[in-house]
Amino acid sequence: MKIIISNSSDKPIYDQIVEQIKNLIINGELAEAEMLPSIRNLAKELQISVITTKRAYEELEREGYIVSVPGKGSFVSAQNKDLLKEARIRIIEEKLAEAVQAARTVGISMEELSEMLKILYEEG
Amino acid sequence: MEPILEIKGLRKSYGDFSIKGIDLVLEKGYIMGFIGPNGAGKSTTIKLIMNLLKKDGGEIKVFGKDNVKFEHEIKNRIGFVYDENYFYEELTISEMKWIIEPFYKTWDEKAYKKYIKKFELPEKKKIKELSKGMKMKLSLTIALSHNADLLIMDEPTSGLDPLVRSELLETLSEVIQDENKAVFFSTHITSDLDKIADYVTLIHNGEILFSESKDDILSNYGIVKGGKEILGKDASRDFVGVRQNRFGFEALTKDKNQIKRKYGDKILIEKPTLEEIMLYHTRREQNAV
Repeated sequence: MKIIISNSSDKPIYDQIVEQIKNLIINGELAEAEMLPSIRNLAKELQISVITTKRAYEELEREGYIVSVPGKGSFVSAQNKDLLKEARIRIIEEKLAEAVQAARTVGISMEELSEMLKILYEEG
Repeated sequence: MEPILEIKGLRKSYGDFSIKGIDLVLEKGYIMGFIGPNGAGKSTTIKLIMNLLKKDGGEIKVFGKDNVKFEHEIKNRIGFVYDENYFYEELTISEMKWIIEPFYKTWDEKAYKKYIKKFELPEKKKIKELSKGMKMKLSLTIALSHNADLLIMDEPTSGLDPLVRSELLETLSEVIQDENKAVFFSTHITSDLDKIADYVTLIHNGEILFSESKDDILSNYGIVKGGKEILGKDASRDFVGVRQNRFGFEALTKDKNQIKRKYGDKILIEKPTLEEIMLYHTRREQNAV
């Protein structure tokens, strides 16, 4: 499990942890029912405050990615892979809608936009 | 849950200095950094907690008990690290240990050996031959060798090199792996706290200016820069420690989101460090608008 914290980023540290653990779950690197490090251990390893790691776990719990069992620890919750993928697709759709909107305001055609998308996709 | 350390309305004055009725709470499982400029009242507060000074008024409770009435019981459970050497210079480390050990009911030889090894302390050397960093590590070793639940340290990092400081900080985060323990330490090197502190308390002129979680402090405060024209009648309410120059001003805000909404593009907001927050607060009086 890899988590990298940037101290110079504008994004709060708890948010960076949430984002990275979410990605690990979606990519399947963290399997269902796998135990996460304790909030204290994670804080110690990353040299950050316990309050920060606690907040990150609370956020993940609220969004249903993990479950915490008092006295036992935090675990990756039973996820429906399709649901996770759907969540991802929804994010992509939102971003594409934004791009379409931006294209319309400056009069870029559907063809031109698809061409741009194609180039970007192949470059990446 | 009962706080591990609780201070209410603490007062003490001597000469022209006074602690003006301070309040403070530290829960189990957390590290609190106690910051402030020299002479702000950090050491006095710590000495009052340790009952090395007599308070004029107020209440100090450690583990839920009065710190004077239950002094012995409480001190058995406190690990205390002081900024000056309080060992006998002529003794070796192991001789010093033999003297200190009987004072604690709960001396833990295994822990003592562990830290001696970890910090690579030469047990046969006389205390006066140790470097400043080693003396501090020895103090910390003693403080951690009697199963203390609360670690109180007065300027433990002052005068230490960055390497020793980071070893010390790492040890502190190890200590609170046990969530029944807590650490309270004073420092004026705020970069020590940027990382590991859970709570930060700022004292200035014997008063607590704030005592909040570090994450909240760092996400709400901001350094504001802008042209002087926006320093109107609200300035003293919106900004702390305004500093003007020929071309504009710089100040601290306690609520950067509100300031952003109010002034929009007319200002620039940057992420502050704890050091900057301390500086802007403590120079407020001299530079009031």
